[in-house]
Amino acid sequence: MANIISDETIEYVGILAKLELSGEEKEQAKKDMGSMLDYIDKLGELDTEGVEPMSHVFPVKNVFREDIVTNEDVRDEILKNAPGEKNGMFTVPRTFE
Amino acid sequence: MAKQYETVIGLEVHVELATKTKIFCGCSTAFGGEPNTHTCPVCTGMPGSLPVLNKQVLEYAVAVGLATNCTITQYCKFDRKNYFYPDNPQNYQISQLYLPICRNGKVEIETEKGKKYIGIHEIHMEEDAGKLIHDEWDDCSLVDFNRSGVPLIEIVSEPDMRSAEEVIAYLEKLRMTIQYLGASDCKLQEGSMRADVNLSIREVGAEEFGTRTEMKNLNSFKAIARAIEGERERQIDLLEAGEKVIQETRRWDDNKGESYAMRSKEDAQDYRYFPDPDLVPIVLDDAFLDQIRAKQPEFREEKMLRYKEEFDIPEYDIQIITGSKHMADIFEETVALGSQPKKVSNWLMVETLRLLKENNMDPEDIRFSPENLAKLISLTDAKAINSSVAKEVFEVMFDQNVDPEKYVEEKGLKTVNDEGALRKTVEEVIANNPQSVEDYRNGKEKAIGFLVGQTMKAMKGKADPGMINKLLKELL
Amino acid sequence: MSILDMTACQLAAAIKNKEVTVLEATKAVLAQIHEKEEKYHCYVTVDEEGALAQAQEVQKKIDAGVLTGALAGVPVAIKDNMCTQGLLTTCSSKILNNFVPTFSSEAVLNLQRAGAVILGKTNMDEFAMGSTTETSAYGETKNPWNTEHVPGGSSGGSAAAVAAKECFYALGSDTGGSIRQPASFCGVVGLKPTYGRVSRYGLIAYGSSLDQIGPLCKDVTDCAAIMEVISTHDKKDSTSVFREDTDFTSALVEDVKGMRIGIPRDYFGEGLDSQVRDAVLKAAEVLKEKGAVVEEFDLSLVEYAIPTYYTIAAAEASSNLERFDGIKYGYRAEGYEGLHDMYKKTRSQGFGAEVKRRIMLGSFVLSSGYYDAYYLKALRVKALIKKAFDEAFAKYDVIIGPVAPTTAPKLGESLSDPIKMYLGDIYTISVNLAGLPGLSMPCGIDSKGLPIGLQLIGDCFNEKKLIQTAYTYEKSRGVFGRKEDR
Repeated sequence: MANIISDETIEYVGILAKLELSGEEKEQAKKDMGSMLDYIDKLGELDTEGVEPMSHVFPVKNVFREDIVTNEDVRDEILKNAPGEKNGMFTVPRTFE
Repeated sequence: MAKQYETVIGLEVHVELATKTKIFCGCSTAFGGEPNTHTCPVCTGMPGSLPVLNKQVLEYAVAVGLATNCTITQYCKFDRKNYFYPDNPQNYQISQLYLPICRNGKVEIETEKGKKYIGIHEIHMEEDAGKLIHDEWDDCSLVDFNRSGVPLIEIVSEPDMRSAEEVIAYLEKLRMTIQYLGASDCKLQEGSMRADVNLSIREVGAEEFGTRTEMKNLNSFKAIARAIEGERERQIDLLEAGEKVIQETRRWDDNKGESYAMRSKEDAQDYRYFPDPDLVPIVLDDAFLDQIRAKQPEFREEKMLRYKEEFDIPEYDIQIITGSKHMADIFEETVALGSQPKKVSNWLMVETLRLLKENNMDPEDIRFSPENLAKLISLTDAKAINSSVAKEVFEVMFDQNVDPEKYVEEKGLKTVNDEGALRKTVEEVIANNPQSVEDYRNGKEKAIGFLVGQTMKAMKGKADPGMINKLLKELL
Repeated sequence: MSILDMTACQLAAAIKNKEVTVLEATKAVLAQIHEKEEKYHCYVTVDEEGALAQAQEVQKKIDAGVLTGALAGVPVAIKDNMCTQGLLTTCSSKILNNFVPTFSSEAVLNLQRAGAVILGKTNMDEFAMGSTTETSAYGETKNPWNTEHVPGGSSGGSAAAVAAKECFYALGSDTGGSIRQPASFCGVVGLKPTYGRVSRYGLIAYGSSLDQIGPLCKDVTDCAAIMEVISTHDKKDSTSVFREDTDFTSALVEDVKGMRIGIPRDYFGEGLDSQVRDAVLKAAEVLKEKGAVVEEFDLSLVEYAIPTYYTIAAAEASSNLERFDGIKYGYRAEGYEGLHDMYKKTRSQGFGAEVKRRIMLGSFVLSSGYYDAYYLKALRVKALIKKAFDEAFAKYDVIIGPVAPTTAPKLGESLSDPIKMYLGDIYTISVNLAGLPGLSMPCGIDSKGLPIGLQLIGDCFNEKKLIQTAYTYEKSRGVFGRKEDR
């Protein structure tokens, strides 16, 4: 395998992605990511000098809405799905020090 | 000799745009709703929801860019900035990194040291986050997404400022420009304008920049000035002690007058920006830019020059009046309705400013209409009401924008111009106040003031003081 | 003909002619679901009560002459990654185990406006990540042709439900082949429309620049009729495109004379099962006999499509799936210490292995220092792939090839080696990268008795050419179905 994924990298990506992998999962993830990156490295064979990165396949542009209030209050319905709710708000573990 | 240090400051200014709806959905941006009542699937990050750009946001951003001499990016895109935080419902913020809407601008500021240009690196459009409220009772935090998705522009300056004074001048300049455009009310206290200060120091004469810190949570010009001074001192102390400045984000506590680092090991500061696939590119042709350019208002500097030429009012008045677009509009519209500029200016400079101050309001909060101010001025011009009644009416008008003509009519405040009735009252006052009459006759000129007051009181204020004076002197 | 054997259009016609009521049809298909679900497990949620209520409502509207469309009264199954108001929507993930959307996706609303009766939500690979429907948190779906085999994926539940007559047609979504490949494995017709043709509003995103909703159905006529209903311009989806050429049923014409059909040699190389190859080439032969001009050509870049796709799709997915954090909806872990621990525990417990694998990869390729080398590089290769297709469509009206290298693999065979599993997407993935329409339809049965799929690829917004070609082929091929049904 050309791409060796370190413990630090898996740890770091876990922080970014908010995923906590068990020891076994970590080893598997290192292996999987390494082989995927080896595979992706195949793209390096292609000369893409001067090619514009294409994020949209079609030249769709300038899609706007007018500045008009269209939404009604759907708070109660939205809050029904919340794991934690209080006073019309979503509860989360405390964020202030 | 101690080393001399220079402060190098750049600002990131967030401005909430004055649109009716949020940047990517049709929810209202109005303040003061119950928590989460201005929300929908888009601004609460519901699975399956998709953003669509509010055109007004784009127009405001371009207008601000043109007013600050920026180059408008005619092919621009939105990017996602990925980070987890509960006030950010999608856990990514839609912003612009790679192709911001405006770049390479500059604005001119003036301080005691003279005029100077401050460069603008870029302006980009983005969405605001929701609000977190701490719940002491349950020891948790509560999330309200009413502000989530409110449109913002972030104006990033070049590190061109060297003092708190320049920073304030720059902020004032931005605020004035944006207010004149009607793109935002730019209130620091209410958070519709927020400034983060990037500050570093270097020895005078040095070419290289020092390591900078970013200071957040600055809610007033005073706090900004204090934070700049505090951070400058902190950095100098570090360097003098042989330590290094660490590049970090710090939070200013204005009550304590000090800052602390906002650090977390869970915060990797790696935002993994990439173009948002849910939004399509914005391609702006010259015609669109011309259209926005044509709508640009007369800005403050031009207005001041014109006032000087057109209206015979003091320079100081011009400064104050043009210091608020709203006040300048009221001034001009009232004058256009036929009122004498000097009188309009007086009402604004004296009574209006007094009431704003007493009520802790900004000129933007003025509610009375130019029509009503013009009516009030013509009532006084016609001597239909005297000046103290006029002030009384103005207070009500300031508060509720009442029609002064109707109000004066309804409350029966018109000056009594019937000399017979007035003469009768004056005679009664003379009869009832022999002591004052005697004092006056004994040469105490001041005593007549008391008698005028008593007459006015008896007339319930609806008399012309000049006429009372005349009658008193005649009858005494 | 029994109700269950009818196609969607046949059933709608029978309802219109008062030969069958909507309620009868709904009850018949619910009975089939009762009987077969234990065996196939096509659905995550069956909304029996709701379906019966809708059936009565729809019948009233048909009787009143309000609903007259070609699909009025026909019961449908919806892939469980499309929001349905008031009806559990899980994406086959534990992290959405209790999510009830407050709104319906635009495609579903379009069906309902056309008089569809929603039966329930079909099983899928978790968040549409997979090719077998085995990554579902709610158990695997089995292939109705042979229950030891997978139905394909990620829209495996939808494809199996159509094949098992547990619905008359279904909606699926296709990010890298997720409609076409299960359609192929289950012997039904599936179409991935041109990107932008069908609104994505309400589709829970996997790879936003690649995702597209489309039909899975019994024949090409149904496919055209469903496309007419779901292809609408939606102002809520910025990538939705306004088109006037949505009269897909007008392309149900048995004629391919002069149609230029290209067969990419690159699709017939190593790894392709010989029975699949033979069946596909035989189908090409049929079209040639019908007057099409068929020739081989070199498409190029085929082997680069998979790494390009997995870079882009994983990157977008890593961002799209950030919203599942235990705050606003869905699963929240118990026993956490503080905010970040809550995030980590919720997501680690809520997502399955394949989803985590792709989120990790996607987060990595976007992370500081790698963005240019991986993500931007992939977007550049995507441009090259699009260009290769543009060149091909300068010469051909339709490209035909296999859908997948093999017929449906056995359950449990695929997940162990991700790269091998990803290689199974080689013929479908570039269609998504280039935003093109692709149609999958049965063209044979292999020695194991499993259906073989034929893929027709068109230029952007050329669905009608695909439908015309597919319809012509279908007419010559004749009726296709499982032995037990024939």
